Amino acid sequence: MEMTDKRTITVSVNGTKHTKEVPVRITLADFIRYELGLTGTHLGCEHGVCGACTILLDGRSARSCLMLAVQADGHEVLTVEGIAPGPDALHPLQEAFRDNHGLQCGFCTPGMLTTLLEFLGDNPDPTEQEVRVAISGNLCRCTGYQGIVLAALDAAKRMKAGRA
Amino acid sequence: MKLPPFEYACPTTLNEAIALLANHSGEAKPLAGGQSLMPMMAFRIAQPSLLVDLRKLPGMKEIKIGPDGVRLGALVRWRDVIDDKRLAVAHPLLKEAISHVAHYQIRNRGTVGGSCAHADPASEMPGIAQTCEAEFSVMGKAGARTIKAKDFFQGALTTALGADEIITEIHLPAWPAARRYGFQEFARRRGDFAMAGVALYYDLDGGKAANAHIGVFGVGDCQRRLPKAEAALNGKAVDEALAVKVGEAAAAEVEPQEDIHASAAYRRSLTGTLVERAIKAAMVR
Repeated sequence: MEMTDKRTITVSVNGTKHTKEVPVRITLADFIRYELGLTGTHLGCEHGVCGACTILLDGRSARSCLMLAVQADGHEVLTVEGIAPGPDALHPLQEAFRDNHGLQCGFCTPGMLTTLLEFLGDNPDPTEQEVRVAISGNLCRCTGYQGIVLAALDAAKRMKAGRA
Repeated sequence: MKLPPFEYACPTTLNEAIALLANHSGEAKPLAGGQSLMPMMAFRIAQPSLLVDLRKLPGMKEIKIGPDGVRLGALVRWRDVIDDKRLAVAHPLLKEAISHVAHYQIRNRGTVGGSCAHADPASEMPGIAQTCEAEFSVMGKAGARTIKAKDFFQGALTTALGADEIITEIHLPAWPAARRYGFQEFARRRGDFAMAGVALYYDLDGGKAANAHIGVFGVGDCQRRLPKAEAALNGKAVDEALAVKVGEAAAAEVEPQEDIHASAAYRRSLTGTLVERAIKAAMVR
């Protein structure tokens, strides 16, 4: 059985496959930021409390600081950079954040967006309480959450209208 | 680099995984969902020399439901439990408890086996295992064995698992459809570690409570049942006055710790209140 401190992994990030040799102790968050240069994924606490580093792994939200890059080998990652449909357009969730003052300093926003992207897929018509529970693992120190919750509820409507 | 140095292996069979653990004389750690181990490594509370990633092990991700109860593969994630509609009937107490585990993103990754092997005193799953008299199937170098929950959990972050042993399955005995149950936990913010939590059930025998099981977590250094509180419930017609009395018995029986989050007296009082609320919830199920 092979034991190593370096390993070659292939991870699809925002639709692009990357094959790289990485130290096994690098977290997925650091891999995304430093190996791939995608610094939209933010690191706050680095021990699974603040939620800023949330990414989607095979469509499911996960804290990228609590995963090793090697654990993502063979999987698909979506970061905040991959949410918008193109360079000149925003996702309805992002538009709702802009229109409802869902962000101030923006540090927590990547984690909020990725978490809510999955949540609104699971629950297209959530109550305010359900939204608050869904983002309970994402800390925001600016907004008092009010604008974020409003944005999420607005986004649910926009995403529904987009599907209709 | 955030984490201390270690080597990494990702075996594809259980035997390989066990051999790796056995050959590292207690210095290796299995990695399941990583939602507890990774923070411990980030703080360097844990510094294993080898991580044995269990993600490619076959046959440990299934939830099996049969006449003898529910069998959870050790790599079943919280999200799998929440999404499994069969469990609403097959084990509603488990289902309700797991909805309280941590936050959304963590429930997508954390596993039932990992949580029990980690044995945080405030965790829900070890509380359910104790309350429901679960049995742990484990595999090690010396072969397979079964450990009862009451023998498995030995203290804070301490279990009966040997350094070369891996949990393969957690068995919860069959759940009668008429069983009454309640689950309560309290934290300042939903998803945070419980300051106290209660899982309980009883059956009804001629209108009276029988077979009462009352378990607590987040109170003291280990999840445990409360035999005195259970005795206060057994054989009696359950009403609101009895719920208060059993709550008082539970508060008297626990040995809560004091820490930055709550005093021992607060935790004791909270336990009584939560037991009372859980029984009142059970009455109307």
